[in-house]
Amino acid sequence: MKIFNSTRSVPSGRWSPGMLHPLPCSRQRLQHSSAKKRSTVGLAPFFFGLLFMLTAIATEAPAGTGSGELVVRPQGPVASIAEAIELAEPGTTIRIMAGTYNERELVISKKLTLTGEGFPVIDARNEGFILKVLADSVQIRGIEFRNTGVSYTRDHAALLVEDANGVVIDGNRFTDNFFAIYLATVRGSLVANNHITASGTREASSGNGIHLWSTWDIEVTGNTIRGHRDGIYLEFAKGALIYENVSNGNLRYGLHFMFSDDSHYHDNTFSNNGAGVAVMYSKNVKMTGNRFVENWGPAAYGLLLKDISDSQISGNLFRDNTIAIHSEGSNRIAVKNNHIIRNGWGVKVMANSQNNVFSSNNFIENTFDVATNSRRNYNTFEGNYWSRYDGYDLDQTGTGDVPHRPVRLYSLIVEQNPASLILIRSFFIDLLDLAERIMPTLTPETLIDEKPLMKEVNL
Amino acid sequence: MNTLKIIKYQLQDVIRSRWIIFYTLFFWLITDALFRFGGSGEHVILSLMNVVLIVIPLVSIVLGAMYLYNSREYIELLLSQPITRSSLFSGLYAGLTIPLASGFALGILVPFAYHGGLTSEAAAGVLFLVFVGILLTVVFTALAFSIALRFEDKIKGLGLSLVLWLFFAVIYDGLILFIIFLFSYYPLQNPVIALTMLNPVDLARILLMLNFDISALMGFTGAVFQRFFGSGFGMAVSLGVMLLWLAIPLSVAFRVFLRKDF
Amino acid sequence: MITISNLQKSYGRLNVLKSIELEIGDGAVTAVLGPNGAGKTTLIKAILGLVKPDSGSIHVNGTRLNGNSEYRRDIGYMPQTARYPENLTVQEIIDMVKDIRGNGPGTDEELIGSFRLGSELGKKFKTLSGGNRQKVSAVVAFLFNPGIIFLDEPTAGLDPISSSKLKDKIIAEREKGKTVILTSHILSEVQELADRVVYILEGRIAFDKPMQYLLDHTGETTLERAVAQMIQRSESLQADEKESATQVNNEKATHFTNGREAAGVKPATEANA
Repeated sequence: MKIFNSTRSVPSGRWSPGMLHPLPCSRQRLQHSSAKKRSTVGLAPFFFGLLFMLTAIATEAPAGTGSGELVVRPQGPVASIAEAIELAEPGTTIRIMAGTYNERELVISKKLTLTGEGFPVIDARNEGFILKVLADSVQIRGIEFRNTGVSYTRDHAALLVEDANGVVIDGNRFTDNFFAIYLATVRGSLVANNHITASGTREASSGNGIHLWSTWDIEVTGNTIRGHRDGIYLEFAKGALIYENVSNGNLRYGLHFMFSDDSHYHDNTFSNNGAGVAVMYSKNVKMTGNRFVENWGPAAYGLLLKDISDSQISGNLFRDNTIAIHSEGSNRIAVKNNHIIRNGWGVKVMANSQNNVFSSNNFIENTFDVATNSRRNYNTFEGNYWSRYDGYDLDQTGTGDVPHRPVRLYSLIVEQNPASLILIRSFFIDLLDLAERIMPTLTPETLIDEKPLMKEVNL
Repeated sequence: MNTLKIIKYQLQDVIRSRWIIFYTLFFWLITDALFRFGGSGEHVILSLMNVVLIVIPLVSIVLGAMYLYNSREYIELLLSQPITRSSLFSGLYAGLTIPLASGFALGILVPFAYHGGLTSEAAAGVLFLVFVGILLTVVFTALAFSIALRFEDKIKGLGLSLVLWLFFAVIYDGLILFIIFLFSYYPLQNPVIALTMLNPVDLARILLMLNFDISALMGFTGAVFQRFFGSGFGMAVSLGVMLLWLAIPLSVAFRVFLRKDF
Repeated sequence: MITISNLQKSYGRLNVLKSIELEIGDGAVTAVLGPNGAGKTTLIKAILGLVKPDSGSIHVNGTRLNGNSEYRRDIGYMPQTARYPENLTVQEIIDMVKDIRGNGPGTDEELIGSFRLGSELGKKFKTLSGGNRQKVSAVVAFLFNPGIIFLDEPTAGLDPISSSKLKDKIIAEREKGKTVILTSHILSEVQELADRVVYILEGRIAFDKPMQYLLDHTGETTLERAVAQMIQRSESLQADEKESATQVNNEKATHFTNGREAAGVKPATEANA
């Protein structure tokens, strides 16, 4: 179980200082906060901000240009961020002091660094977007973005980055925005350690937390997202690296991606999202060490796979989901070393999913370990642990001597007539299942684990 | 006061009797074996669930009826003492249900304790299982009492008890499934919930389901199930109806007992 | 003092007691006799409150029976077959009755000694012989010095010594002015103990006479013969009535023949007022 407590430090990854132009301290901060547990992520920037504030007070100089630094504070002389952006030369660091700035529709089209000290708040008062970045190598840190407008026709974002390269969005807060972070046609950028919350109640009036559209090599890490439509949304995001994020309590999907090949998702937690996680129309996807927990509801999946191929799903935890893994039109996926426990359905494989291999997984106390909609079977189940298995291992090989049939007759009954779900764990149903196991007439004949493990796989 | 005295001597008697020791050992051995072969507390609870739903109703209803038939002369003796019928009735009922319930609870909780299952996250689960088991015990002994007091003939009474158990524990769910398929084109969720309420074994099963199979239930696309099972409402209704299943047979038995000629 | 008036009880269509009128005074042993199924036990159970009468009234020591239980504080009852919880010891059974009765003064444990039950006190009830079970039952019946004692076949299964001890006890209780009500199939025993015989036949009191009157009136020396003669007389009386009666029913009954039980079919009339 240890694997799921994702307290690992940042792997070297593909993101490197050379690609971007970070301040020395940002790198240091990133490492520092990632090395800690996630709960402290939000605090680290705060302390740094405090440190900056103290030094700012000590070394205060009149605002001006040329020093490479510009200070914005509510009482002036530069009292608005818009003015500072206007004044600043490329390469300037704009330090925004604590306070509330009622500004919106700011546009950065030169290389700037915006650093909040003591979490200044930019409040758009429910109208329009807040900040649009159109230049490369812009860095945004320590700022709280609040209350973008809600629009059904325009994707108002707190922070929109468009056509840019090497942007860093690190350690900010986003509160009650329509979209929080929106990246469109962006390359080689970092979205890290942001705290994103919204109190959306309807999908239509709620945007996504982190939205990537047409991006290359974006790294999204250490963010927490709650209350948006989709926590993390990726469309045409090639080569994304998504790790150590927590996405919970979002209205639709915790993570939702489409047409995003060659991406790697690891050590994220997706819990209590309206419909779990949906991954669609992509190939060569790696999903490892994630936690999919407590995604409940009529249409909730731990992980919904639709037209995913040549991918790998391993070392994940699926617990208390309505359907842990639902596979539709997905082929050649290796599902290995996953811990699938206490879900309604462990794995639901539709007949259009073929050549997938399920091996060395733990299927524990799921109401239905495996369900399918066909008597044919084109997938392989081998060497999994099934808590329902009641065979024996007389020859002491560690695998049971009789094969295991993971598809219950009852799952077919429920598929045909959902009202019969009320008979879960009825003795009568057990009798039916037993009869079917002895003489299979309705369940897929070849969906068999020939080598069921006697003991759980240690993960 | 007299009720307590009767309970005291009933307990002394029942605790020394062979069947209650068997009953306790039965749960003890099964729980112990499940731990030794199966492993986790969670797993043990789920396996025990089926045993509880079948064995407790059977033992409670059959032993309950036997107990009354066998105490016939003793009841007469006690009724010739200055003792009211109502206190004798409560004494007899408690004198049976307390040992049955505690035998079952001990048989499960002790092996759980020494296998370390009570400190784990399974503790709440096993306590709920024990709670539901006790509910089944009191309901089915109440049913046994109402049967045994109604029918003078021991063979008839015991036969009826067995038939009632078979009906509630096995046949009833078959009928529900049959009805579900027969009327599969109609909205069935409300009627099906109502049907399960009419069977105490199903009720107990639903209570346990709400605790352990919530994932599957929440996956049900029907709004009625969703509303019923998704909130505390289902739990509250099931518990309430379960209490009716206790109150009605017990008050029937009580009324018969008050008027009965011994 | 027990007063019964117009007591009726039927089980379904079977009328077990038909308008029983009876008064049982203190300081006497009253034997209630009759064939099996005549209604003796039902009558006694009605007085004990075990059977709820359909109509009529029973007064015990001036208290009218209506579901109350306190009047039984003055009653001791020794049933035909006693069964206590199997796993209780004799001592625990005695303690239990004391406990239920509220441990009042005057417990009478003399019988434990005279029955030599001392060595049995620690044994479980289920291990006792039939005779010893009877003895326990007798001890319990006399334990609280009740004013009214019901004994249903008290000596059945007892050894001769215990049997005579029990009879001595009964006689002694009568001397103390207690009311003893006795049923027995052993008529010599009844003759020895009883002052009065109430004979019940098919739910009615066929006759209710002092012992001495029965013997004198029939001129017999044994109760057995006296009772037989009384029955024959009432039968011939009934046969006469039957001819004039319009209603006939063929109920099965058993009655005494020669002091022993035997089954016989005997027509009985319902129309007998």
